[in-house]
Amino acid sequence: MAAPMQRWVGRGRHWTFARVDGGSCHRREAPTGSTSNRIRGRSSVAQQPLYTTQKPRKGEHKWAAVVGLEIHAQISSNSKLFSGSQVRFSAPPNSLVSFFDASLPGTLPVLNRRCVEAAVMTGLALNCHINKKSLFDRKHYFYADLPAGYQITQQRLPIAVNGSLTYGVCAGKKQSQVIPKTVRIKQIQLEQDSGKSLHDDLRSQTLIDLNRAGVGLLEVVLEPDLSCGEEAATAVRELQLILQALGTSQANMAEGQLRVDANISVHHPGEPLGVRTEVKNLNSIRFLAKAIDYEIQRQINELENGGEILNETRSFHYQLGCTMSMRDKEGKQDYRFMPEPNLPPLVLYDATSLPAGADPQQVINIDQIRETLPELPSVTRERLVQQYGMLLEHSFTLLNEVGLLEFFQNVIKETRAEPKKVTSWVLNTFLGYLKQQNLAVSESPVTPSALAELLDLLDSRTISSAAAKQVFEELWKREGKTPGQIVSEKQLELMEDRGALEQLCHSMMEAHPQVVMDLKKGNPRVINKLIGLVRKATQNRADPAMIKEILEKKLSS
Amino acid sequence: MLKGSVTIKDGCGHVPSLATGDLFFLLAWLLWWQAGHEDHAGPDPPRNVSAALKQGQITPTELCQKCLSLIKKTKFLNAYITVSEEVALKQAEESEKRYKNGQSLGDLDGIPVAVKDNFSTSGIETTCASNMLKGYIPPYNATVVQKLLDQGALLMGKTNLDEFAMGSGSTDGIFGPVKNPWSYSKQYREKRKQNPHNKNEDSDWLITGGSSGGSAAAVSAFTCYAALGSDTGGSTRNPAAHCGLVGFKPSYGLVSRHGLIPLVNSMDVPGILTRCVDDAAVVLGALAGPDPKDSTTVHDPINKPFMLPSLADVSKLCIGIPKEYLIPELSSEVRSLWSKAADLFESEGAKVLEVSLPHTSYSIVCYHVLCTTEVASNMARFDGLQYGHRCDINVSTEAMYAATRREGFNDVVRGRILSGNFFLLKENYENYFVKAQKVRRLIANDFVNAFNSGVDVLLTPTTLSEAVPYLEFIKEDNRTRSAQDDIFTQAVNMAGLPAVSIPVALSNQGLPIGLQFIGRAFCDQQLLTVAKWFEKQVQFPVIQLQELMDDCSAVLENEKSASVSLKQ
Repeated sequence: MAAPMQRWVGRGRHWTFARVDGGSCHRREAPTGSTSNRIRGRSSVAQQPLYTTQKPRKGEHKWAAVVGLEIHAQISSNSKLFSGSQVRFSAPPNSLVSFFDASLPGTLPVLNRRCVEAAVMTGLALNCHINKKSLFDRKHYFYADLPAGYQITQQRLPIAVNGSLTYGVCAGKKQSQVIPKTVRIKQIQLEQDSGKSLHDDLRSQTLIDLNRAGVGLLEVVLEPDLSCGEEAATAVRELQLILQALGTSQANMAEGQLRVDANISVHHPGEPLGVRTEVKNLNSIRFLAKAIDYEIQRQINELENGGEILNETRSFHYQLGCTMSMRDKEGKQDYRFMPEPNLPPLVLYDATSLPAGADPQQVINIDQIRETLPELPSVTRERLVQQYGMLLEHSFTLLNEVGLLEFFQNVIKETRAEPKKVTSWVLNTFLGYLKQQNLAVSESPVTPSALAELLDLLDSRTISSAAAKQVFEELWKREGKTPGQIVSEKQLELMEDRGALEQLCHSMMEAHPQVVMDLKKGNPRVINKLIGLVRKATQNRADPAMIKEILEKKLSS
Repeated sequence: MLKGSVTIKDGCGHVPSLATGDLFFLLAWLLWWQAGHEDHAGPDPPRNVSAALKQGQITPTELCQKCLSLIKKTKFLNAYITVSEEVALKQAEESEKRYKNGQSLGDLDGIPVAVKDNFSTSGIETTCASNMLKGYIPPYNATVVQKLLDQGALLMGKTNLDEFAMGSGSTDGIFGPVKNPWSYSKQYREKRKQNPHNKNEDSDWLITGGSSGGSAAAVSAFTCYAALGSDTGGSTRNPAAHCGLVGFKPSYGLVSRHGLIPLVNSMDVPGILTRCVDDAAVVLGALAGPDPKDSTTVHDPINKPFMLPSLADVSKLCIGIPKEYLIPELSSEVRSLWSKAADLFESEGAKVLEVSLPHTSYSIVCYHVLCTTEVASNMARFDGLQYGHRCDINVSTEAMYAATRREGFNDVVRGRILSGNFFLLKENYENYFVKAQKVRRLIANDFVNAFNSGVDVLLTPTTLSEAVPYLEFIKEDNRTRSAQDDIFTQAVNMAGLPAVSIPVALSNQGLPIGLQFIGRAFCDQQLLTVAKWFEKQVQFPVIQLQELMDDCSAVLENEKSASVSLKQ
């Protein structure tokens, strides 16, 4: 290159940028807006399918919101969509840039087979019609991180069309009922990602990183069948799970592998649709829900107050929690689409159209890809419900948390405990601890084997469930001890010696005559105080049920 | 008459008397001479030269140095933008080692070639004759360049052109116009002397045609044996016709475009300029074939190498004469040569048919829309950010883009970008771009229909007339000239067909006139075989530049002192 490319200052800046951009810690994506939170009563997402103004006036009818999404998923592939450069997150700036990615004159695009297969696979998983012939187009606009001055996309004839995505929305008093909903998928198109710009206002410079330029994207366009932030959030979460199950995208929003733009409008049902706005830069599921609900309410307020909605692009400010006009001075962009002349039509085959003697390396067979589709999340959930007798919403939680299902299955494999017990421990105790410390499953100090061993101890009545909690807490400290070691060190084994326990109860009653008096006066609840005292004396090793039984027997005698 | 133009044949006999000439020149020319005009007693020029190389009659370094010295002597032609002397000498040295070890890479090993300056050459500046790319040094070789180097060819330099290949005169680049070597030929000068009206000799030099005029001039002036041009609407065939060369445009998809800085991706093809058809076939043999870096190259097995049989007779051949190509603007000389060529085929037993290509007249306007739209798109990458020219303005990225592009592109390029973007606007797309594409299909179908009617090869003029003087040429603007000059060549690019311009005879002014053969898609070999037969019949004269070679400055100052021609 004649003129040296402007470079990032350093790797540290890059990360800072990514975090600001992502708006959250890069380590993990908070599964907000998902059913798991709601089950535990920590919903942070407003849920209002139909909107009313705060002070409904007479004759006023309700507002309905119409939400459509455009979702960009980075294809998980070794190399970029049209070039041989590697795809990797957080590589040193401009280290993954081929001559084509930098748009050197004379370079030509060469389609990556893996990206096409990923698109077909995703299309099939989303019940799409796969077009046997699709075309590539150029979409023009000038931007520093778009070196060619155009993006290669599929505007006229995309690779997949007319699909659907089914997702579950929680309902009912405790938000514990899952209602299936479907959003139609208009199309899935293959296109190039752009590079990244970093604006250094201090030096009034823009630094360009082209590592991302040319990475394959699947743009999934949803029909405007959604009506609120939560629906959008759960639909996107389901799509994320599907992509991850397929392996077609890592779909990590914090790393920008899944990016969502929302088209939002409000209208009175039965009347024509309102003017829509587009909200961009939605890079976490929680912000997606927040931004949509904010924008819906803003539009309603605007219209209620006699204002009008402009057809504009807005961005979501995650710190202020509101959307703001991006004020595109250029006005409406005309992208001047034209066919990409350097790429012949993309032709796919199925079992019936496959030309005889075709080199399998040269053709893509849709039917063959269909056969390799892995189990999709909806099927996995059904299987969990059937196999382990868990509630549907529990299966949602298991899938929603990255790595949780695998953790659960590993515990199940190694323990004799009942699946229901395992479900309860994994979803309540284990997940609770993770949430409290904001950790991902992969970062858990407790291994599946340790939990399995703990549950075995509980199952064999070696320890009480209270002691089990204590052991779990010890395990969480990462001291490298097994549950068995902890139990024996802390002497947490259940007291099996009834005689000794009877002795202990007896002396406890003698030591607290007032409590015994209260009990005899007819206040049965104070027995708990005695039970507690006995348990404490046994260091939680005694079965509370047995203590109660002994105490009651002694009191009534 | 065609056979009458064979005054040259006499010259042939005089070659041995050229003992006083420059050694290389003699040798190379002699070999070439026999090949081209002695009924193929020997193989064609490069192969013949390579035979000389193999026999040690000349070394690649000697050959390279002779060409370099000719390049210096003919510098005033402005054929080269960059002379890659060091690279060429180093390649020659390597080639020499191979010959010594008996490990020659083939026919092109040690053969000097030139490449139009819109092909990327690793480590060698590639400018497209534009301010925008002044100083741009590509980090990679175009596939065709790499293939030539892989065959051991010596890269003498990068040749001049119209800015980004937009033009038909090689007059509109930042390095100035290319001068047609025939301006200084004995043939032309003698004719001019006979005409008392021609006085202003030296300013009356002729254009080469374009946009690959630099490549044409380079081959025509013997500074290399073959040159790469590019052909989008006739840019190889047009200067070939004006410079008395074979100009070959291969089928679209036969030769890789990777590394060719695009004008119109859907029509661009690398073109080949040589002094005879066999040479073009040798070069095509080296270049043709699928390229994993160009998805528009075809994978079907292609007959390689392109060895051309000598046609014994043409009686099984059917030649089509498109009646729409007979237009009033066609000069009477070209028209008469065209009809004589048809007569020649007929007299030799070929079937000659009049055919119709009814949509021909729409080709130029259709091309205008399709070309400018792709230009608008292809030029979008030149924004001053990563390579090439960048202006000093830095108030905003947008201001930087605007100033960079204003400074970097000439009026022709900017005009095409503007129209192209206009045609691509949402409200215009259907009316212009889509319609132009439909017309393009009709034009392509015209050819299909003609070939389906039994025609093997079409015979047409290449240009309206012979080359015109520069001062005459610039009386019209680039757009008008392109529209006029592409008229016979352009439709071929729309249809992706192979076509070749063959020099036929000298005009009354002593200037070359070419005729064009158009073949079926991917029947490049058949096309060249017919062209070779025709070439042999017409015996086109060799350019007489002895004076130029001996002392080119003397040529310009004192014509009389340089009257000795190689052919005497």
